[in-house]
Order: sequence, then structure tokens, then C-alpha cells
Amino acid sequence: MNRNIVISFGLHTMLVIITAMSLPFLAKKPINLPPIVSVELIQITDKTNIPFALKAKKIIEEIKEKEKKLVSEQAPPKMVKKEKPDSIPPPNEKIKKIEKIKDKKQNPEKIETEIKQVSEFEKKNLFDPNNVAALIDKSKIESAKTTKKLDKITQDQDKNIDSPGLSLSEEDALKAQIFGCWSIPLGLPYNENLLVRIKLQLKPDGSIIRSEILDHARMNKPGQGFYKVLAESALRAIKLCQPLRVPSKGYEKWKELQLNFDAREMLEG
Amino acid sequence: MLLRYFFILIVLLPLKAFALIEVDITRGNLNPLPVAVSPLSIDEESRESFKKILKKENIGSEIAIVVENNLKQSGLFNPLNKDAFLQKPDIANLKPRFEDWNLIKAQALITGKVTFVDKKLRVEFRLWDVLAGKEMMALAFTTVPSNWRRVGHIITDKVYERLTGETGYFDTRIIYVAEEGLKTNRIKKLAIMDQDGFNNKFLTLGNELVLTPRFSPTNQMVTYLSYFKNLPRVYLLDIETGMQEVVGDFPGMTFAPRFSPDGKKIIMSFAKDGNSDIYTMDLENRIVERITNHPSIDTSPSFSPDGKFITFNSDRSGYQQIYVMNSNGKNVKRITFGNGLYGTPVWSPRGDLIAFTKLHKGKFYIGVMRTDGTGERLLTENFYQEAPSWSPNGRVLIFYRETKTNSKGEGFSAKLWSIDLTGYNEKMVETMTDASDPSWSSLLNN
Repeated sequence: MNRNIVISFGLHTMLVIITAMSLPFLAKKPINLPPIVSVELIQITDKTNIPFALKAKKIIEEIKEKEKKLVSEQAPPKMVKKEKPDSIPPPNEKIKKIEKIKDKKQNPEKIETEIKQVSEFEKKNLFDPNNVAALIDKSKIESAKTTKKLDKITQDQDKNIDSPGLSLSEEDALKAQIFGCWSIPLGLPYNENLLVRIKLQLKPDGSIIRSEILDHARMNKPGQGFYKVLAESALRAIKLCQPLRVPSKGYEKWKELQLNFDAREMLEG
Repeated sequence: MLLRYFFILIVLLPLKAFALIEVDITRGNLNPLPVAVSPLSIDEESRESFKKILKKENIGSEIAIVVENNLKQSGLFNPLNKDAFLQKPDIANLKPRFEDWNLIKAQALITGKVTFVDKKLRVEFRLWDVLAGKEMMALAFTTVPSNWRRVGHIITDKVYERLTGETGYFDTRIIYVAEEGLKTNRIKKLAIMDQDGFNNKFLTLGNELVLTPRFSPTNQMVTYLSYFKNLPRVYLLDIETGMQEVVGDFPGMTFAPRFSPDGKKIIMSFAKDGNSDIYTMDLENRIVERITNHPSIDTSPSFSPDGKFITFNSDRSGYQQIYVMNSNGKNVKRITFGNGLYGTPVWSPRGDLIAFTKLHKGKFYIGVMRTDGTGERLLTENFYQEAPSWSPNGRVLIFYRETKTNSKGEGFSAKLWSIDLTGYNEKMVETMTDASDPSWSSLLNN
């Protein structure tokens, strides 16, 4: 009995010590506060403007073209497929050919090195500090490929599924285009609610099938002269700009688009 | 549980399916709008008739040139070169081929027709939206042939109003002080001209020094400062009849006159014993009312367009600054607190801004600010410039600028300049002589 009590007491004591040792507040370490970093809030639209996007697009296209060329030059790995027997050869040859194929299949290092050489060659050729944007883009494509292998869901698919609107750069590209076409009527008062909403139906190439002013009734009301002037200028801008600079993908998403023209910011100066 | 997820999915799905992408367009360009001003078409018979009366080869083209120059001068429009026009004026007026006008990048097109009817000039004009392919406006005027320039100005006003949403300022006149002679011995005469510098007329002979002419909102009267018995006094002049009279019977000097928005009162400064205060005088019953009563110098008063407030400059704080008060002189508030001296405040006809002259570190600036003194914007800087006056739509300011003289006292000149509220469209207004103290009339056809 006594022995049991002693064992129980010993074990309980151990338990208490272990608990006490591992309690977080006892092992509290002084918090190392990271140095304060000052952050400047900026409008992202200013940073993702169209000239950059265009430039990047060109660079990406150039890189893609180079890649195509490289692939066509480094075609040998495809030979593997060609060696697959289409018809049944005589038994001896069949065995030999199978062996050959087996050899090549069992020796994947060769293929790997070949591929590696290609990629290294590409890297050597492609690495240009001026084309960092393109490299970033390439890394994105590569990572997309890996995810495809792993999860069978690519980044592109993700975009199509999840993003309800245009991406920032797509929206900026469209905005920048219309900014250039819209001649703001300078005589308008900046303290009135003059928001012109225009709904567009677009073709896949960005040209306009139909444009509709959502508050059309306001156009012909007396005392709404300013609204009419603004609405007409907005319609002129759209017509002047077409085909609109729309994304190349996701037509279903943007085939109907609403543009809200608001000149107050500009007029107020 | 599954049912719950299914329900949420059903609620969310339609929202997503019908979500319309919205893009906010908050910026645009301020480039001048490309406009094609087609020469107004004219038949041979009318052309000959006008040629005899007006000594002009083709009055249709002449009117189009007036319109074109006005639009160009405004800085908001870019009239396209006529050599690029593909369509003839007579056909363009009936039905423009929009593809042709689109090809030369015109966004608006002005066409028209001139005829000689009952010894009068009849002008029809149309404004077309080239991109939409539709007519925006069509009007006709009949007047005496000698008024052909005014017809050009009225057409410009209508086009300007239709395309900018703001009333125009082209059918207006400018009164100013024409200056001639050496700087030490200047002859100053009152002169009046169209806003584009044509039809210049002198209203006084130059025997007496004249200063600060101001138009009445009714356009019939001008108030200005001239000398009477060697004392500066405020005068009234009827432009139509040429009659002039001294305003009020003040024992000292009166200066800086300006009309009230309804044209019934004159507001001015009256100085006696080194102190000047602001007074108004009713032009009907000649009752004089004192508005300010302060030992400092209060001058340059200007009414707000609703007549409820007055802005003026005063040195009551020790330096010349701009103040705003109620029209009865109560509730005086200082509105400028910036570095330098502020003067000649003028309330915009739109009521939202006050234009002023500022002197800071030896340079003169013309600027605008809100009526509470915030949002100060300096539009132009120069060696010497002052006396801004608003265009009737509150979009453009006209003022005068003097140049430096050399060591021999030569090279002095004073010219009128205009600048719009954006501060970009700064232009010299051509005058026959040197000019100062401009004042812009309201629209003549109102």
C-alpha cells in the first residue's frame, strides 16, 4: 500500500514538474520587436500603367519566340517516340528493338541531361539583367507547370475560376486607353453629381456592338445640359478608342462592361 | 449540412454570373478638341451682293475664319487645316460624309450657309458630331450685313456652349486704357474693342488721365476714374450716347469703382485725410452708404455675383491682404494668409473663385483662390502685371503686363494678356496701342 502511495506520489510529482517546466509563461522570452519600417501608401494604378505592360508584353513575346527557336533546334528527344514500333516486326527484331527501347527508357539520365542542357543553354542565352520582367514571367510559367504536375490545376485556370473582374493591369490598360481618348469638357461644374454610366456590349476583339447610357432619361431633361455634354463626350471617347484594349482571354467575363465616367477629379484640379 | 452548403451555393452563384465589370474613368485629356470649320457656303448672287456692301470677296469664308480664330484662341479647340477638307462646303452643309471628316480626325464639324435676303445677312449653321454621325445643333440668324463679325462670335458662343457645357464669351467687348507716348508723359484714353481685338474705338480724347474702367452688367454704362479739378474722381459714361458724369459729391478723391451685379449700385473707395473706406452709391436715388469704417486703407471692392458679399483689400493687419465681408459691411474676415502682398481681388462671375494680384519677392503673380481663401493657385508670374478681369463665363482672365525699361528709360510697353483657369493658355491680346486696365463686358446678345 505504502509502496503504491510512494510510486503514485513520485509519478504525480514528475507530472507536476514536467507541466511546470513546459508551461509557456514560465519559459517566456523577451519579445524581439522588429525595427519599425515606414511604409508609403501609393496608388497601384500609377505603378501598373500601360506603357510598362506593353513593354513587358513585347519582351515576353520576344522571349517566347526565342524559346520556340531553341526547342526546334534541340528536337532530338522526340526521336524516342518515333522508335516505338507501329507494326509487329519479326520476333528477333522485336526483341532487339524492345531491348533498345528498354535501354533508353532505363537510362533516363541521358534524356534528363539533354533537357538540362537545353534549359541551361536557355538560361545562359536568356539571362539579361534588363529583361528581369520577362524572367519573372518565365518563372511564373515554370511554377505553373509544376503545379500542373502536382495538383492538375494551373494558375491560368485559377484566374478564370476565381477572379470576378479584370486584373489590375488589365483594368489599367483599358483605363489608360480611354484616358487618352476622352476630351473632358472643361466647362462643367465640379460640385455637381455628373456621373455618366455607359454599358457596353463588346466583341472579342474589343470593338463595340452596342453602347447604352444607363441614365438615358437624364439626357433630355431640362436643366441637365451639363450631363448631356458629359455623356456625349464619353460616347465620343468610346467610339474614338475602339477597339478597346481588352484582355485576350475570358471574353465571357468582359463581353458586357460598364464604364463610369466621372470628371470631378479633373475639373476640381 | 450538405443542404446548407447547397443553399449558400445557390445564393452566391447568380450574383457571380451576373456581376457586371465596372471600370471607373476618372481622368481624361485636356488636349484641344479637333474641330473642322467648313467655310460657309454661299450662292453666287449673294456673294456678289455682299461683295458690293462689305468689300469682302467671300463673306462665308470670312465668317468661318472668325469662328475658327475664336475657337483656337480659347485653347479648348483645335481647328483643323482647311486644305485637308475633302467635302465641298455646300454639300457638307446638306449631308456631311462623316467618313471623310473622321479621316482627318475631326470630332466636331461646323457647316453653314450664307444668303442675302431682303438686304439682310442670313446665316444658317449646323454643328455635327462626327464620331456619332449626327447633327448636334442647327440655328439661323438674320442681321444687317455690317454685323457679320458678331454673327461669327455668336456662332462660336453656341458651339462652345454645346461642346463644353459652359456659356461662351466671344460675343463680348473689352474696355481698356489705351496708352501712348513716353513713360513719363503718357496719354491715356478710354478704348473699347471686340474681345478678339477688332472694331477698336476710342471713347475719350486723352486730355485727362483715365484709369480702371469697369463695365456695367447691362453693357450700356462704364464707370472709370478720371481727374476733375486735379482730384481723381469716379465717372460714369454711357457708351451709346457718349454722356459722362461724376459719381457723387465727395469732398475728397474717389477711386477703384465697380458696378454691383444688378448694375444699380457703384461700389468704390473714398479717401480723406489719408484714410480710405468703401462706399456704395445707388445710381437711381444717389444715396451713398458707407460700408467699412476702419483707420486702415480699404480699397478695390468687388461684389460676389449674388450681391451678398464683398471682397476688398486692406492693410488693417499691417500688410495688404484680401478680406471678405457681408454686403452691409458686417462679418469682415481675412482670407489670405500667404507670404507677400495681395491686392485687386475680383469675384468670379461663377461665384466660386476670387482672382487677385500678388506681390512676392519683387515679382507679380496673377492667381485665383476659393472664396474662403483656400486652394490658392498662381497662374502666371512676371516682372509687373496686375488688374485681372474675368470673362463673363468665369473661365478666362484678362490682365495687363508691363515690360522693364532699359537704363535709358526705353523699351517700356504695356500689353493686355489673357490666361485661362488651367494656367496654360496664356496669350497676348492684340491692341493698336499700348494697353492697360482691361475690363470684360458680359455677353452682348443676352
